[in-house]
Amino acid sequence: MIDPDALMLSRIQFGFTIAFHIIFPAFTIGLASWLVILEARWLRTGNLLFKNLCRFWAKVFAVSFGLGVVSGIVMSYQFGTNWSGYAEFTGNILGPVIAYEVITAFFLEAAFLGIMLFGWEKVGNRLHFVATCAVALGTLLSSFWITAANSWMQTPAGYAIENSVAVPVDWWQIVFNPSFPNRYAHLITGMYLTTAFAIAGMSAYMLLRARRQSEAPERIAGARASLSMALWFAAIFAPVQIVLGDLQGLAVLDQQPTKLAAIEANWETQRGVPLILFAWPDQEAQENRFEIAIPYLGSVILAHDPNGEIPGLRDVPREQQPPVLPVFFSFRIMVGLGFLMVILGAWSLWLRWKGRLFDSPLFLWACFAMTPSGFAAVVFGWLTAEIGRQPWVVYGLLHRDQALSPTVEATTIAGSLAAFVVAYSIIFGAGTYYLFKLLRRGPDPVEAIEGDDVARKPKRPLSMTSEGIESRSGSRADHPAE
Amino acid sequence: MDLIQLPPDLSGPALWLPLVWAGIIALAVAMYVLLDGLDLGIGIMFTAAESENWRDRMMLSVAPVWDFNETWLILGGAGLFAVFHIAYAVLMPALYVPILVMLIALIFRGVAFEFRFKAERSKHWWDRSFHYGSLVATFAQGMVLGAFVQGFATNGRQFTGTTWDFLSPFSVMTGLALIAGYGLLGSTWLIMKTSGNLELWARRMAMRYLLATLAAMAVVSLWVPFLDTDIRQRWFDRPNLYYLLPVPLVTAVVALALWRAVHRNARYWAFLLAVALFLLGYLGLGISLFPNIVPHQVTIWEAANTPSSQMFTLIGFSFALPATLAYTVYAYWVFRGQVAEDVESSGYH
Ligand code: HDD
Ligand code: HEM
Ligand code: HEM
Repeated sequence: MIDPDALMLSRIQFGFTIAFHIIFPAFTIGLASWLVILEARWLRTGNLLFKNLCRFWAKVFAVSFGLGVVSGIVMSYQFGTNWSGYAEFTGNILGPVIAYEVITAFFLEAAFLGIMLFGWEKVGNRLHFVATCAVALGTLLSSFWITAANSWMQTPAGYAIENSVAVPVDWWQIVFNPSFPNRYAHLITGMYLTTAFAIAGMSAYMLLRARRQSEAPERIAGARASLSMALWFAAIFAPVQIVLGDLQGLAVLDQQPTKLAAIEANWETQRGVPLILFAWPDQEAQENRFEIAIPYLGSVILAHDPNGEIPGLRDVPREQQPPVLPVFFSFRIMVGLGFLMVILGAWSLWLRWKGRLFDSPLFLWACFAMTPSGFAAVVFGWLTAEIGRQPWVVYGLLHRDQALSPTVEATTIAGSLAAFVVAYSIIFGAGTYYLFKLLRRGPDPVEAIEGDDVARKPKRPLSMTSEGIESRSGSRADHPAE
Repeated sequence: MDLIQLPPDLSGPALWLPLVWAGIIALAVAMYVLLDGLDLGIGIMFTAAESENWRDRMMLSVAPVWDFNETWLILGGAGLFAVFHIAYAVLMPALYVPILVMLIALIFRGVAFEFRFKAERSKHWWDRSFHYGSLVATFAQGMVLGAFVQGFATNGRQFTGTTWDFLSPFSVMTGLALIAGYGLLGSTWLIMKTSGNLELWARRMAMRYLLATLAAMAVVSLWVPFLDTDIRQRWFDRPNLYYLLPVPLVTAVVALALWRAVHRNARYWAFLLAVALFLLGYLGLGISLFPNIVPHQVTIWEAANTPSSQMFTLIGFSFALPATLAYTVYAYWVFRGQVAEDVESSGYH
């Protein structure tokens, strides 16, 4: 009954729209907390540098948040439009979890976002700080619930099957299902790292630009402070993330052995498996080509024992194996990026110790080059987790053939997929363009708001981001007042 | 035919939980329609505005709250998934095309809030993105409503029709009707939030949208009873006729008062009466459809999740929903008052 084209297109559409969506939370979750830190430092020290930084990064935040919101709404309807079988099977369990996300997180974010962006003049400093904290709390709560929902699909618990749908038995076990705590820790740390490297990269970009145009030191104080703070975070948490990732690997070995076999491209269950550095997994032949491997290391890393037994893909029939190639490579990309992050963190510590953090162009270029690293690691990590779960949508319970909406035709889905690709390309292109425009302008230097407090009465106070760009480019005069 | 029909075989939580939840979801949909309706209405009028300054002010009148307004749409979708997932699984595939069109249109309308103020040469593109995004999203929502009222082919748990079933003269009609209705909400909102020539223009626009809305309401009210004998009997059989007669009468009174409020210098009344008009239309719809959640096919009791699932969600909502409403009121309160005419010196950042 299932049309394979409709299934494939729905999978592509879901993968495309969620991968697009996750890029923005990956940034806004970290940025929201970053704004809390900046605003707290301003309130504590009274140093206007931090207030300016806060207002500057809030503009960057506003752009990313807007894109996160519009792409998120798409997600919450796709469960029904394309995956009505899934909605029917999981509705009793995941419906409430997602409803909790809306009522505890989305409304909180949305209501206080307005005050945080537009309320500087309308509420006092303390209330404004409360609003900023509420937005940050909202982003963390939102990821709590959605990650719980996703983890339940990976490791279902606390349910029973009645009339061939899942019904809740124990809500605590449903929310805190076996893979959830670890996944949430790994994910949030990943998102904070993403933000840290993005801020470091963008600040490095501003510093490199300032170098070329030999700008005055006061103009780049903000970029320096941002770079330094972001790199402290990166240096500490990149190694932590490797530990969390290792724990995650142990958990996968335990909970989803077939996925682990795909991650390692291990076909035969055996002891003392090598660590494969490179290979081209060939699913047809059920073996690897061009394999380069280090003996025993695989078992050491995965099972923490050189003779540890690692499951093989051939234990399950062909049609229950996930596609090995994308899982194998996505995982290696994520891990590779993780190690690059550690190296950059260590380099920053070394330069800091030498007192040359801002002076090495090579280092600044390296930071700039790492701007997208966190985004890529998050997306590839998620690809590992989601493709490795195939062909199950709910692991071991709901096959993807049963999850699809039975009546929606392949041509319709092809149409909607094409529309999403076009729409997302346009807004993503425009968003990136405006972001760089903001970065070229950079944070306001401190002296600009001393005295007559320009930041309190911006010249063209239209939106969060208006003031910065427009007042500088001098194109304000073209809209006469009524 | 009785006005309220309860399932005879149910009692206790299995009986009342779906009723409570139907109320909460009805509230979410009403909030969405009223709040995002006014944002979308402003988008619909956007390119007709005479100057850049007007457009700036129109957008500023909703910029701090639009995201919040749109969140009710998510609650509508997620709430359906959370409590009536059978209805979610039937309705979403049945409405695939209009919903996807609406989502994409909402993307273009939403990003315009940020991008427009950052653009210089390309500003007019984001004006259009805002306008057409709002227009198309509204039309698609209206079609969703029309197709919903008409009903779908199902086997009780899944949609069994085809992709284009939603398209009919009636759903096109409701699509147009909603454009008029949102235009009315948007223009009366502007009467309240702006001043000077912009306000005068908003009053003129409000007249037109009011006439269009009333005409649309009349057509829809006469059309709906003929879609389905159930609905016709519900409204026109005695004694129901006497109970329900107040609905159209009150509607007529509200419409008259609204007309006067737009003409006279009343600042808040026009908007409040427009809201009342919407709520009356909504009530009429509710009377026609209750207790079905997939019209003519699936009742709220048949679509409901297991009681323990509904209860779990209700416990959280009974704390979170009042809290949400409280800080909503606060957020709107912070941004009360009119948008300054000279946007350069308004208090906005
Ligand atoms: C771990 C984080 C995370 C993940 C995996 C997802 N989201 Fe998300 N989502 C967020 C974290 C987030 C956020 C941080 O809360 C966002 C990002 C930017 C924003 O506006 O809020 C958001 C926005 C956002 C919105 C708009 C909310 C608003 O108006 O404030 C919706 C409806 C969704 N998401 C729905 C989903 C669905 C259905 C997902 C799964 C398929 C999903 N998100 C994955
Ligand atoms: C945010 C990061 C996420 C990413 C990058 C991601 C990625 C993907 C990808 C690539 C697929 C397609 C896999 C394939 O068909 O080969 C997929 C499928 C799916 N995911 Fe996720 N996902 C994410 C989060 C979530 C969350 C939070 C949920 C639910 C709460 C979810 C639910 C689903 C469902 C229902 C499918 C469709 C069925 C399937 O093909 O398995 N995903 N996801
Ligand atoms: C270098 C060491 C790392 C290791 C050993 C590691 C390990 C893992 C493993 C085993 C998974 C699969 C989990 C599953 O299938 O359920 C995973 C997923 C993931 N990883 Fe990593 N990871 C590392 C670095 C990173 C970094 C640097 C980031 C982001 C900045 C990241 C982000 C993610 C994300 C978002 C997921 C998907 C969510 C999840 O299932 O937890 N990882 N990681």
